[in-house]
Amino acid sequence: MGLATDQPQPTMEPSPLPQTYWHVVCELAELTPEHGVTALVRGIQIAVFRLYDDRVFAVGNIDPFSGAAVLSRGIVGTRGSAATVTSPLHKQVFDLVTGHCLDHPQVSVPRYDVRLVNGKVEIGFP
Amino acid sequence: MFSAGQRNLVVVGNGMVGQRFVELLAEGDPDRAWQVTVIGEEPRPAYDRVALSSFFDGSTAEDLNLVPDGFYDDASYALLVNEEVVSVERAERQVITSAGRVLPYDALVLATGSYPFVPPVPGSELPNCFVYRTIDDLEGIRAAVAAARSRNRGRSAGMVVGGGLLGLEAAHALRLLGISPHVVEMAPRLMPLQVDEGGGQLLRSLIQALDVTVHLGTSTAQIVTDGERLLATLTNGTELDLDVVVFSAGIRPRDQLARNCGLAVGGRGGITVDEGCRTSDEHIYAIGECALVDGRIWGLVGPGYTMASVVADRLLGGGTTFTGADMSTKLKLMGVDVASFGDAMASAEGALEVAVSNPVAGSYAKLVVDDQAQTVLGGVLVGDASKYSTLRTLVGRDLPGDPVALIANVEDTGNRLVLADDAQVCSCANVSKGAICSAITEQGLTEVGEVKANTKAGTGCGSCVSLLKSLLAESGVAISKALCEHFAMSRAELFDIVRVMQLRSFSEIVSGYGTGRGCDICKPVIASILASLNTGHILDGEQAALQDTNDRYLANIQKDGSYSVVPRIAGGEITPQGLIAIGQIAEDYGLYTKITGGQRIDLLGARVEQLPEIWRRLVDAGFESGHAYGKALRTVKSCVGSSWCRYGVQDSVTLAIDLELRYRGLRSPHKIKAGVSGCARECAEAQSKDVGVIATENGWNLYVGGNGGFRPRHANLLLIDVDRESLIRTIDRFLMFYVRTADRLQRTASWVESLGGGVDGIAYLRSVIVEDSLGICADLDEAMAAHVANYADEWRGVLEDPDRLSRFVSFINAPGTPDPTISFRAERGQIRPVGPVPLTVSSKAGSSQAGSALEVIG
Ligand code: SRM
Ligand SMILES: Cc1cc2nc3c(=O)[nH]c(=O)nc-3n(C[C@H](O)[C@H](O)[C@H](O)COP(=O)(O)OP(=O)(O)OC[C@H]3O[C@@H](n4cnc5c(N)ncnc54)[C@H](O)[C@@H]3O)c2cc1C
Ligand code: SF4
Ligand code: FES
Repeated sequence: MGLATDQPQPTMEPSPLPQTYWHVVCELAELTPEHGVTALVRGIQIAVFRLYDDRVFAVGNIDPFSGAAVLSRGIVGTRGSAATVTSPLHKQVFDLVTGHCLDHPQVSVPRYDVRLVNGKVEIGFP
Repeated sequence: MFSAGQRNLVVVGNGMVGQRFVELLAEGDPDRAWQVTVIGEEPRPAYDRVALSSFFDGSTAEDLNLVPDGFYDDASYALLVNEEVVSVERAERQVITSAGRVLPYDALVLATGSYPFVPPVPGSELPNCFVYRTIDDLEGIRAAVAAARSRNRGRSAGMVVGGGLLGLEAAHALRLLGISPHVVEMAPRLMPLQVDEGGGQLLRSLIQALDVTVHLGTSTAQIVTDGERLLATLTNGTELDLDVVVFSAGIRPRDQLARNCGLAVGGRGGITVDEGCRTSDEHIYAIGECALVDGRIWGLVGPGYTMASVVADRLLGGGTTFTGADMSTKLKLMGVDVASFGDAMASAEGALEVAVSNPVAGSYAKLVVDDQAQTVLGGVLVGDASKYSTLRTLVGRDLPGDPVALIANVEDTGNRLVLADDAQVCSCANVSKGAICSAITEQGLTEVGEVKANTKAGTGCGSCVSLLKSLLAESGVAISKALCEHFAMSRAELFDIVRVMQLRSFSEIVSGYGTGRGCDICKPVIASILASLNTGHILDGEQAALQDTNDRYLANIQKDGSYSVVPRIAGGEITPQGLIAIGQIAEDYGLYTKITGGQRIDLLGARVEQLPEIWRRLVDAGFESGHAYGKALRTVKSCVGSSWCRYGVQDSVTLAIDLELRYRGLRSPHKIKAGVSGCARECAEAQSKDVGVIATENGWNLYVGGNGGFRPRHANLLLIDVDRESLIRTIDRFLMFYVRTADRLQRTASWVESLGGGVDGIAYLRSVIVEDSLGICADLDEAMAAHVANYADEWRGVLEDPDRLSRFVSFINAPGTPDPTISFRAERGQIRPVGPVPLTVSSKAGSSQAGSALEVIG
């Protein structure tokens, strides 16, 4: 997200505010590789995954096909070169990087920026 | 509710076609350009008339309902039932209903269906004379039969006028009601429109063998009352003493409304429409059985559905046309298969007929080909219609080989036929092979239910379902032995590699023998293999991330993301204190309780973070995991047996408990169920289980490879009159051999069928596990001994280990907060989930979900 080119956004919160709020959700060490967890950030459920190579990704936790908040409980793996999670309810596969559903291209889940600061996992919230 | 710019559409008739039409329109009109009002004269919304007879076979009016839940909650769609449209005022463009309502329209769709034709027989209007078209008709017949039975001492009798398809169906219905039916048909054979002379003869003998009296070449002269009964006289002089009469002598289109307002109708009835289903008034359309398209009435639901899609498309600006439809029919009448397709009567110029009649087997098959013996034109099957779905798709195509071989009872013929891409596989929903195959590959469909949900094929009469299965197989769904894109070998091969190489982690396995980082297919398989090899708790180390969500939380996920809890109740035996403990826990946590089909108790509606607390209470009360979540031993069902039952010859409860405790926790390719019955009455349904044991005077009989579920199969008898020790030894080997060699998600039923190259699976199995032909029995015995010795309750294992316990939180950054999307409402004094609501409106995605949901029920 290029800070310099972005226009200031109108907001209800007291200003001045940065473009992205970073929320600490846990320590990296608390995450088992390929075993998702859910974080609750400002009332929104976010599924957070640490991959085998220690990259961390975050997507919306709600499975759009069923409406249940379960994506963090899906199996993490790969399809071709894409890192994926499979919905535990009806097995649709989502790309962890883009949030797109690989089985139904018209469907996707929100994706969130993630960064590691001093061993802590932070999720960026627009 | 009208919004600006919406146009009014009025639909007369809420039958099968009218309902399908509004559903198609709603799907194609997300912006609601049309405000739709449907008026139906029957007292209930549309129902499945094709399945009407199942009303006498246990179905209720609700089961037959066709209207999707909430469909008419849409502000732009309204349904008025129990109200008839009495006139159409074309000049004013409005209709008037029996309730005095005036409804203006921009477009009007007539979907009034047809009415049963009642021949002008004196007495046909007497009480206890019925027609066979609506649920109300069937309710009337049922009441009349009940009244007759309450006054008759002997057997009641009924007459069906008409020996066509519907007449035989009505006769079948009377039989289901316990009445002896007489069928009276004017033509010299039954089903004269569908079946030829040869087929008709066989049909008659098969039907007569079923307590139906058939009167051919005659008709009803008169019906008079005779006390409380009816007396019918046939034109051949026969007199019949009857309780009910059902007229089923054909249908006539309901075109009265159209006639009264001056629309063009056909000489023999039917509202004349063009290929766009438009009547002589450009604002009025007619579809279904009331419409005369291409000079004929199409008396089947499939063509009606096609007309529905034509008009839905037209109203949304399209230009689809109706270009004819498949009139093939197949039905099972009192267990007798009858099918006809294409030009069954060989009416084409010079058509040749090839017939194979087998009176011993009770089957007749005929294929009609053109004068060059090159193109298939049609055919008739009686007694055995297993080839119907394949043969039907050949109509209009080149004969793929020797016509006799095609229809004679040669194994396999059906599957080896190669269908062209545009061959119509499902005539009810008009779906081609090409459409089905591309749905299979594009959507990655792997099950018939998914194919149904995605393509609508197989959702009508159901006769094409076997073909859907072979298309799935042909599309490679089950054919490649590769487990998934990450492993090129089968589950059995992988099992051997892991066992022999003593691999213990997913990383070792995938880096040495696979590619990528796995998926939802191979990870649970490897988790299961590792668990079968006794590699410690399933949540330890890397194993936790391999588990399907059910194993990962040691509970069964439900549709809203909550879980169910099923403690083991071995053999179904439980103490009063046990029941009280479960009841108390359920009450304290507000869980929904239900007795399962496996003789135990399911507690539903627990959130992830509640699972450990609930289990702590259960473990304290002496319960352990029931593995309802695992591909593992589920239950060993028992009957009460010799300790109480006056017929029992052995103690079935004790054996069931012992078996359940012996095999509990055994991870396997699919779930394993067992049953033990105390005598041949078989109250534990052991023959429908993977392992079934039935007591005899001298010991036990062992059955294996039974299955309920989607494709029920009776178990095969493996051992007779054995003692307890040999019984258990053989079950040990059976289960271990299965664990090692079956495919992923292959139940023992299909595994047993596939053994020995699929020739005589049970003989092969006997040679391996009873006669030790492969010399592996000692190894199998040892593996089972290790399993039994290493068993530990998985839930206790979680409760005792803080690391494992730490996984049971809803939110990593707010561990005490419950998932706000899970909520319940009350129903019959218990909870029931509210929602969840899918976020996607995409019809394909949504329906694939509905499809798989259907697959997993019960
Ligand atoms: C709870 C229960 C229904 C009930 O309320 O009675 C049930 C519920 C489920 N069944 Fe079942 N089945 C239940 C008895 C049965 C039975 C009857 C029996 O066991 O005697 C059968 C037919 C017998 C058989 O299996 O051969 C049965 C055949 C199935 C099938 C079809 C299996 C097949 O081979 O075709 C599935 C689908 C599957 O496993 O892939 C299934 C799958 C399921 C699942 C696990 C679907 C899922 O993944 O969500 C259901 C969720 C369980 C849960 O607790 O949330 N269930 N299911 C029964 C639990 C029994 C138990 O105590 O463990
Ligand atoms: C017992 C039985 C078995 C059958 N089996 C098969 C089969 O195996 N395969 C197959 O393809 N077909 C079968 N059929 C035929 C199939 O049911 C019909 O083709 C299909 O129902 C036609 O649909 P439709 O909507 O045109 O007519 P209908 O389903 O009859 O619906 C018409 C509706 O319009 C209503 N209506 C009529 N006039 C008015 C009015 N003025 N105002 C308001 N409402 C009105 C009627 O009450 C009726 O509810 C069977 C039929 C029966 C009776
Ligand atoms: S199977 Fe036999 S012993 Fe068991 S309950 Fe039935 S009749 Fe009694
Ligand atoms: S042919 Fe009737 S459902 Fe497919």
